[in-house]
Amino acid sequence: MTVGPAAPPVLPAAAPRGGGRRGPLWWLVLPALFFFTVFGVVPLLGVVALSFARWNGIGAITPGGLEAWRAVLGDPGLLHSLWVTFEIMAVSWLVQTPASILLGTFLAGPQRYRGFLAVLYVVPLLLSSAAIAVTWKALLDPNFGLGAGLGWSLLSQNWLGEGGLAVGVIIFIVSWQFVPFHALIYQGGVRQIPRSLYEAAEIDGAGRVRQFFSVTVPQLKYTIITSSTLMVVGSLTFFDLIFVLTAGGPGDATRVLAVEMYQTGFLGNQMGPASAIAVIIVFSGLIIAQVIRRLGGRDPSASQLEGM
Amino acid sequence: MPHSQREISVDPQTQYRPSPTRRSILAFAAGLPLAGTLAACGSSGPGTSESDSSGGGSGTGASFWTLSGKPQEDIRKQAVDEFNASHSDTPIEITLFQNDAYKQKVKTALGAGQAPTILWGWGGGGLKSWVDAGQVEDLTDFFTENADLKDTIFPAAFGAATIDDKVYALPCETVTPIVMFWNKSAFEKVGVEPPQSWGDILDLVPKFNNAGIAPFSLGGQSRWTNMMWLEFLFDRIGGPEVFQAVFDGEKDAWSNPDAITALTEMQKLIEMNGFIKGFASITADSNADQALLYSGRAAMMLHGAWTYGGMKNDGGDFVTGGHLGYMNFPPVDGGKGDPSDSVGNPAQYLSISAKASDDEKAAAKAFLAESQFTDSIQQAWIDSGNIPVAQGSDSLIGSGEDADWLNFQYGIASGAKSFAQSWDQALPPTQAEVLLDNIAKLFQMSITPQQFASNLNAVIGK
Repeated sequence: MTVGPAAPPVLPAAAPRGGGRRGPLWWLVLPALFFFTVFGVVPLLGVVALSFARWNGIGAITPGGLEAWRAVLGDPGLLHSLWVTFEIMAVSWLVQTPASILLGTFLAGPQRYRGFLAVLYVVPLLLSSAAIAVTWKALLDPNFGLGAGLGWSLLSQNWLGEGGLAVGVIIFIVSWQFVPFHALIYQGGVRQIPRSLYEAAEIDGAGRVRQFFSVTVPQLKYTIITSSTLMVVGSLTFFDLIFVLTAGGPGDATRVLAVEMYQTGFLGNQMGPASAIAVIIVFSGLIIAQVIRRLGGRDPSASQLEGM
Repeated sequence: MPHSQREISVDPQTQYRPSPTRRSILAFAAGLPLAGTLAACGSSGPGTSESDSSGGGSGTGASFWTLSGKPQEDIRKQAVDEFNASHSDTPIEITLFQNDAYKQKVKTALGAGQAPTILWGWGGGGLKSWVDAGQVEDLTDFFTENADLKDTIFPAAFGAATIDDKVYALPCETVTPIVMFWNKSAFEKVGVEPPQSWGDILDLVPKFNNAGIAPFSLGGQSRWTNMMWLEFLFDRIGGPEVFQAVFDGEKDAWSNPDAITALTEMQKLIEMNGFIKGFASITADSNADQALLYSGRAAMMLHGAWTYGGMKNDGGDFVTGGHLGYMNFPPVDGGKGDPSDSVGNPAQYLSISAKASDDEKAAAKAFLAESQFTDSIQQAWIDSGNIPVAQGSDSLIGSGEDADWLNFQYGIASGAKSFAQSWDQALPPTQAEVLLDNIAKLFQMSITPQQFASNLNAVIGK
């Protein structure tokens, strides 16, 4: 074997395939990987371990086997929380997505006043969920709120004191809070659509409504997937808004998984079952995110702009 | 900056005099360069036992965690200041926490071995969870040595500090019964008299509703507010034994026929619209329930004696003008409970961490023995509108504008045949959470008394 001739081809061979250019990039992932491992993976493993343990938050942690899982899965409260969580998730997606697409398309226009409105719409995003919850709670108070103050009987419902109404109110406030955010995403998406597509559509005689449904919406496919993933996975972890607004009540009408987890762990001192619920939340989130990705087609890197 | 640096650079040589907390704050203020020299101080937080590293130096103080909030925090600070004035070699270092954050903070600190020497608490189930984890000192001998102190305190206050016949906490501060408040103006407007029995209450409900006034104010979202009703109904109908059986872990204790009767009566009142519209979304923290009473939208309110101060501050001339009436919860016809019985907070409690060093424990015991029942502290509690848990503290009431109210409270506290601790404080946290959860559902009418009983029977003893 001659070493001389064999060595040189290695470098040139790697370079054309892009390995040379990718080479320096892999270590860029290290900081993110480090923080993800330390603050994401390790705590998650801790939670999984705790879900097989018995712990009241103060004393010693003792192995509990499947006890916590049995307690959680056998509790009708979990099924109820799952149902409430998915109800809020689904309805708020149904409300937010069309509203965000329409608003985003509207804001994407070049007109000055739309730029001004875009700034105004972002205001709810600047407030913390807790502040939003406190404000809405005061406005909706049945005795001292807006309805009682203005004397409008339509407004002075028992908004947060009746199960169905309370769920509706939460969906409304969540939408109020997050529609501007998703509208921003769609605004960016719409602006990326090439003008030439609309020109071609116009030549083919398509009106503005037809252009919206045949050009804008299909071109927004991946934006829709991104925004839906954020909405759906985000609503799995809703806690602050609901906790301040209703604390899961009335009764347990708005007790979503995150609130159930908090009450089990930090009020009921049962860290084992609370960890089991946390694991359920994490895996539901992962599964749902995967499903949405699949719905968007197998190859998310495929271009929507073929032939352009 | 120069000043603090000098203090720090001197400290390591003089083998740390008292205040550990202050020094650790200074360490942060001085920044990183000094961190190395301070590492030996073990400044990882309040409560780390510095006496170990000081090698038997000139004694040490103790750290003390308690609640913030006026006017209580001023009196707590006053007790510490008075004690420190006479014990400059073993001072107490006080740290104040906001009420809601405190429970979590203490739990985390105990779990991490970072607890302070002296812990403020509510007694009952919370204290039991500390005891079960071996975190707090047995004070039974302390009370044998300090028999005078023991005799000063209302005997009923020791119940929530006693676990398996051992005392783990000093009852201190104030006794706060739950009482029935009523708005005299609302009663005059409708032309009715305050209720003398549960039957009267049920009769009054339609009369107030017809006049457009809610019979009772209630901050139902807070859940323990609803619980106060059950505490009294259980007592008046079945006597204190009914809940005692639950507390003792007797099987199916919630299914006691008297318990079922009480729960049924409760739902009867809810169905009659006895409570303000939307009560399930009102929180007690916002004081909206008090506002409903003093603004005349509700005629009556069952609430802790601590709300008196809030109504006096916020209610205009409601209290000072004599529009506020108060009484103990009326008896239920044919009930077994003594009408003098009361529920509420029998006291607040101070415990000593079992993990503290001997020097710290000694300082803490001195603080417990000497600081809480001095005349000046008792007077301060009285002046703030509260009753100290001390026998004969009524002699300090005097004749101020709140004298009637204070005498009324003292009468309940000293005259109650049974003064039960609030259920959610008395039970261990796991049971308490299930209890509050089911109470919320009971008040939403989404479960029946029988379902309530069986849901709670399932967690007895947990």
